[in-house]
Amino acid sequence: MAGLLVGAAACAKNNNDETTSGSNCGNEIAFFGALTGGNAQLGINIRDGAKLALDQYNKANSSCQVKLVEKDSAGDPAQASGLASSVVQDAKILGVVGPAFSGESKVANPILSKQGVVILTASATNPALAQQGDKTFHRALGNDASQGPGAALYIKDVVKSKKTFVVDDASEYGKGLADQVKKVLGSVVVKSAVVKEKQVDFGSLVNDIKASGADTVFWGGYYREAAPFMKQFRDNGGKATFVAGDGVKDDAFVKGAGEKEAEGAILTCPCVPPEKLQGTFAADYKAATGRDPGTYSAEAFDAANILLSGIKAGNTTREKLNTYVNNYTGKGITTTFKFQSDGDLDPSAVAVWAYKVQGGKIIADQLAPKP
Amino acid sequence: MNFHNLTHGFVDLTVAGLTQGAIYALVALGYTLVYGVLRLINFAHSEVFMIGTFAAAFVWAWFGYTPGSGTPGAVAVIGLILLAMLGGAVASAGTALVVERVAYRPLRRRNAPSLIFLISAIGASVALSESVGVATGRRPTGMPDLLVPKQAFMIGNTPVTNLQLLILGSALLMLVGLDTFINRTRLGRGVRAVAQNPDVAALMGVNKDRVIMLIFLLGGGMAGVAAVLYNIKVGQTDASVGFVLGIKAFTAAVLGGIGNLRGALLGGLLLGVVEQYGASIFGNQWQDVVAFLVLVVVLLFRPTGLLGESLGRARA
Repeated sequence: MAGLLVGAAACAKNNNDETTSGSNCGNEIAFFGALTGGNAQLGINIRDGAKLALDQYNKANSSCQVKLVEKDSAGDPAQASGLASSVVQDAKILGVVGPAFSGESKVANPILSKQGVVILTASATNPALAQQGDKTFHRALGNDASQGPGAALYIKDVVKSKKTFVVDDASEYGKGLADQVKKVLGSVVVKSAVVKEKQVDFGSLVNDIKASGADTVFWGGYYREAAPFMKQFRDNGGKATFVAGDGVKDDAFVKGAGEKEAEGAILTCPCVPPEKLQGTFAADYKAATGRDPGTYSAEAFDAANILLSGIKAGNTTREKLNTYVNNYTGKGITTTFKFQSDGDLDPSAVAVWAYKVQGGKIIADQLAPKP
Repeated sequence: MNFHNLTHGFVDLTVAGLTQGAIYALVALGYTLVYGVLRLINFAHSEVFMIGTFAAAFVWAWFGYTPGSGTPGAVAVIGLILLAMLGGAVASAGTALVVERVAYRPLRRRNAPSLIFLISAIGASVALSESVGVATGRRPTGMPDLLVPKQAFMIGNTPVTNLQLLILGSALLMLVGLDTFINRTRLGRGVRAVAQNPDVAALMGVNKDRVIMLIFLLGGGMAGVAAVLYNIKVGQTDASVGFVLGIKAFTAAVLGGIGNLRGALLGGLLLGVVEQYGASIFGNQWQDVVAFLVLVVVLLFRPTGLLGESLGRARA
C-alpha cells in the first residue's frame, strides 16, 4: 500500500515536471482561506493583498502570467482536507498563500506538504504548526509564541495589570494565544474562562470578571464573539482594560461592540501598521479594492511576492520553489524575510505591534515590549 | 464548581438571565402559536427572527443611524426604537407569511405527512439564512449606539440598567397584549377554535386558512420585536444568528409547554436564568449543558412542559 502511494506520488511529480518544465508560464498560486463565513473579512484582506501582488506581477510580465486560484474554506477545518486535496491535484499550483487560519492549517498542511506544495501563510499564527513536520511550511509573520509574550508584556509593563482575567474560545488560535499569555503573566492571571463559538450572551461571564476584581481582560479569540462581549461588558459597568490578539483586530469589532464600548481596547498583532509600510502599497491597495489595507493584507502581498519572485527566477516545480523559499532572504514591505529550518520567521525579523481603538478607529499605538 | 460567584452576583445574574430569557420568550411565542394550531414545528421561525434583526438595522440606517453615528436625544431614541420594532415586526411577519404560503400551504392542501412539513421547514430555514448570508457577505452588521446604558435603579447593591428594563418591559407588554388578544377577541377565539378542533371550527364558520395566516403574522411580529431588543442588547447581527437563538427559543417553548402562550413566557425566563446560574457555577462553557439537562429533567417529570399544552385543549 505504501509502495503504491509512493508510486502514485512519483507519477504525479513526473506529470508535474512534464507540464511545467522549460516554461515559466501558466503557473498558478492558490489562495487558501475563508472568503465566506463569520470571520471572512480576514480571509478577504489576505486574498486582496495577494491579488494585488499578482496583478502587479502580471502587468509587468504580461507575456507570462501567473494565475491566482481562490480556494474558499469558509474558515472551517472540516472543509480543509477536501480543499487541500483539490489544490494538490492541480499540478499547475506551485504554492499557496495560506491557509489563513490555524485550525484549517493543522488539517491542510500535511496534505499540501506531502505533495510538495509550498505553503506560505500570511496569518496562521499557532506555534504548533511549525512543529508538525510539514517540510514545505513557511510563515511570513511572527507566531503566537511571539505575539503571546508581546501581548503579555504589554499587559505587564504598559497596562501594569495586577489582576488579569484570561478568556479563550477553545480554538487552535485562541487557546494557543491565551496559553502563551498565561505562561508569561503567571500569578497575575486571577482566573480564566472559555467561551463558545457564536456565543452572543455573556451575562455570567461579565459577572464573573467583575467579581474577580480583574483590572485587565485578555481575549484569545476572534471578533465575532469579542464584539458582543465587549458591548455587554461595558454596558453592565465593566471597567477593566480589554486586550486581545490579531483575531479581533478588525473594524467589525468596533462596529459590533459600538465605538463607545470599544474605545481604549488594545489589540496586538504581529503585523506592521500600514503607515509604517514601505512603498506605495497602501495607496495601490486602496485603488484596487476601494478599501484601506486590512489586517494581513500587507503580509499576504509580501508572501505572494516571494512566491512570484521564485517563479520568475525559473523555479517552476514545487520542489524547486520550496528550495527557493527556504533559502530566501529579502526585504518586503513588512519586514526583512528569512526563514528558519522549521519554516518560522527568524525571531529578529518579528515585531509585535499594539494597536488601540481610538474614536472608532484602530490606530497603531506602540511596538509591544520584546522579551 | 464555584458557588461563590452565584451567591455574590445573584441579583446581577438573575437580571441578566431574565433579560436574555425575555428575548427567548418572545421568539418562543412564534413556535408555540404555530404548534398549538397546526401541530407543526416551524423551524424557519429562527430565520423570521434573523430577518427582523436586519430590518431593524435597515430602519436605523434609513434615518442615518449606523455604527459610530452617535447617540440621539431621548425622544428620538424612543421614536427610533418604536419605528425599528414596527419595521422589524412587519419584515418578520411578512417573511413568516411568505414561508407559510410557499413552504407549508401547498403541502397542507395535499395532506402531506408531518415529516414532509419538517423537511420543508428546514429547507425554508436554510434557504433564508443562506440567501441573507450571501447578500451580506456573511459579515456581522453592527448597530448604532442608540441607548447609553444608565443605571435605572438598584436592587441591593446591584444596578439595573435602562437597557435591561426596556427589554424586560417590552417583552412583558407584548406578551400580555398577545394573551389578551387570543383570549378576549373574536379573532383570538377563532384561533383557539381551530387549535381545539379544526374541522368543527370550519363547520362553525371559522376560516381556517385565515386563522393560520393570522398566527404566522402574530408569531412573526413578536419575533420582529424580539429582534430589535436583541440588536439593542447584543449590538450586532449576522445571517446565522437565528440558529442558536431559534433552538433556545424552541427549548423555552417546550419547557413551558408548547402550544401554551404563558408557558412560552415562563419557559423563556426560566431558561435564561438557568443558563446564567449554570454558567456561573460550572463555568461559561457548561452553560448549554446545564440548560439542556434542566430541560430533560423537567420533561421527565412533566412531559407536556411546566404549564401543559393549553392552547389546543378544551378547558372544561
